[in-house]
Amino acid sequence: MLVKPENLRGAANICSDSGKRPLAAMFGADETLQGGGLAIYCLFYNAAKRDIDVLKAPFPADGPLEYQSLTTLLPAAAWYERELHDMFGFEPQGHPDMRPLVLHESFPEGFHPLLKKYPKDYDARGHREYEMLTSQGEGLFEVPVGPIHAGIIEPGHFRFSQAGEAMLQLDAKLFFTHRGIEKAVEGLTPMEALPIVERICGACSVANTLSFCQAVEKCSEAEVPYRAWLIRTLAAEMERLYNHVGDTGNICAGVGFSPVISMGTRLKEYLMQLNEMLAGNRFLRGLIIPGGVQYDVTDAMLEEIEEVLREVEAVYADMVHIMWEQANFVNRIRTTGRVRPETAFDLAMVGVGARASGSTRDSRKDIGYGIYDELDFEVITETAGDVEARIKVRIGEVAQSLKLVRQLISKLRRNAETQLAVELGELQQEEGHFTWGISESARGDNLHCLLLDKEGRIDRLFVRSASYPNWPALTVAVQGDIIPDFPLINKSFELCYACIDR
Amino acid sequence: MLKMLEAILHGKIATENIDTTGHKRLRGQLQCDGSCDGCGACASACPVGAVSVADGKAKIDYSKCVFCGRCVEACARKALVHTNHDALAQILADSAVEVSEAVTAKLGRSLHVRHLDAGSCNACDFELGAMSNPVYDLHRYGIAFVASPRHADMLMVTGVVTRNLEQALRMTYAAMPEPKMVMACGACACGGETYGSTYAVVGRAADVVPVDIAVPGCPPRPAAIIVALCAAADMLKERM
Repeated sequence: MLVKPENLRGAANICSDSGKRPLAAMFGADETLQGGGLAIYCLFYNAAKRDIDVLKAPFPADGPLEYQSLTTLLPAAAWYERELHDMFGFEPQGHPDMRPLVLHESFPEGFHPLLKKYPKDYDARGHREYEMLTSQGEGLFEVPVGPIHAGIIEPGHFRFSQAGEAMLQLDAKLFFTHRGIEKAVEGLTPMEALPIVERICGACSVANTLSFCQAVEKCSEAEVPYRAWLIRTLAAEMERLYNHVGDTGNICAGVGFSPVISMGTRLKEYLMQLNEMLAGNRFLRGLIIPGGVQYDVTDAMLEEIEEVLREVEAVYADMVHIMWEQANFVNRIRTTGRVRPETAFDLAMVGVGARASGSTRDSRKDIGYGIYDELDFEVITETAGDVEARIKVRIGEVAQSLKLVRQLISKLRRNAETQLAVELGELQQEEGHFTWGISESARGDNLHCLLLDKEGRIDRLFVRSASYPNWPALTVAVQGDIIPDFPLINKSFELCYACIDR
Repeated sequence: MLKMLEAILHGKIATENIDTTGHKRLRGQLQCDGSCDGCGACASACPVGAVSVADGKAKIDYSKCVFCGRCVEACARKALVHTNHDALAQILADSAVEVSEAVTAKLGRSLHVRHLDAGSCNACDFELGAMSNPVYDLHRYGIAFVASPRHADMLMVTGVVTRNLEQALRMTYAAMPEPKMVMACGACACGGETYGSTYAVVGRAADVVPVDIAVPGCPPRPAAIIVALCAAADMLKERM
């Protein structure tokens, strides 16, 4: 639906239905090469239609880029609007926090890299301020952490405002690993862009590729073979498994609970070796392509998967048993890092983070992409919203993924198709419309929005990973807890940096 | 508590020997055999410019290669194939790699590493983490990751260097005591071509700090990184 910029806020209010249709994403596009101007797109999940509603506000190419900010209405819009300013120069009026988000101090003011007038490798040097938000008062102090952390962790800067041990406020400066991926893929064909898309994030490699491929496939009449969907879904669930199993152990690293960390990393290793067997890469890269999959799965591989999963399931059950048996561990995780259901709702959280706070959102059920409608699985939810709830959701989801993988294995055995991929032919989009693809990563739904030019090359790709809506929730979750619990709370979300930084 | 002991006993010893050969399907080192006619289809298929044709054969620059398999698909004669062997580290520094007996006696093989993500997709980072799992057990080689650059002998860089991290990389390197060395881990840090050149990317690690060892791979498998680290431990003794 098209709206004038001055009506965007009002229209978004109606579309979101007081947040019942959560904000899925908000992104800009410079469509001047396609004969248009600039535009803001707002996307809302519509569970009743199993679809995404789209609002588009076109702006004149040379005109003012001001509009009424949505953030005071929909708190979930806060980051998107900061990014709209950084990347295109949009001016959301009345936004409570217009500090930079993506571009740090070494970039000049007024440089908006996703405008078409800037070449990809434009070397803009300058200086801008990036002020951290802190609390002031007698006896309060700040603790700066990062961007380079003490372990093998992705880079991010955290500024804690402390009242003694208690965290009053946390401000996170992220986007350190911003590589300009959305600009890098412009002008490429989807096939050329694929190796880059696979490398947005390691731990969400399948999810990103699967969302991207679906967005591409919607531009073609060709139908992806059923067997390809079986293999894709298998890969997606294997990715969830290795992430969840590894994360369960890694959360225990937040309290130094060594035996469980060790068991978790060991199981994750066995799962990653299966990935290598399936895709020739431990992060399942190279398997999913637009139109289908690159490699088949043999019966011998299916047997190997079954055997390893039996072992993983048994040891994982022991791991979980050991965790719940330790009263001091349970004491650390219960009521720690709480996100209330209202907060999860306001921030339009997704994935494990949302489902631990009472939400039932899961794009595998809500959108039902691919073949998930014919598979039997449950959405696991908890209501406490604390570290314990997020662990429990993961434990539940591991069981569901095992169940899914076993269904897929039996379907693959019965399926005798030989075709693994189709030619997509000439790619076409309805004029003025983008196509999107979604997939449920281990961290929640991963959404790609794709605009092609007339030659079928990428004019704009917007990547909204699951970590994007959940990061702001972490800063809320820590409030009032003590600072030694931060690693624990952080790990219980296990958000990607690379995914959001792009 | 009983369950924990039971699980530890049941788990036995998980640690395995390092094996730089992977599953049959692993896209590892490339091999170009005699039937190559030098048509160059592999070079044009490469998304990162890692393949060229020299003397009628495909030549691979492993520092850039992301092991995606495009060149192998493009080869009509099937002359170019992936083996399932890891592409191993390249020693870039001039210093000799022979192990000095005297220093070995003094220090033993010991290496303290500080990791720095300069803009990676986190796959390399996860593989660095995996080296500490019981299967690889990095500590058995006397190699450990440390929390501060001031405790480190070696800086291990993953990812392309982004504009937002360039300063952090420079400062981390400067904070390390001599003798020090730098390892670039993975295609981004070694070659810097993974995403092409953009407004947000400075380049490969060597464009910002002096790199001694480059470990190819996207990401390199833990076994390949361990082999490189052991070589680095030997090299460092040369510099003391």
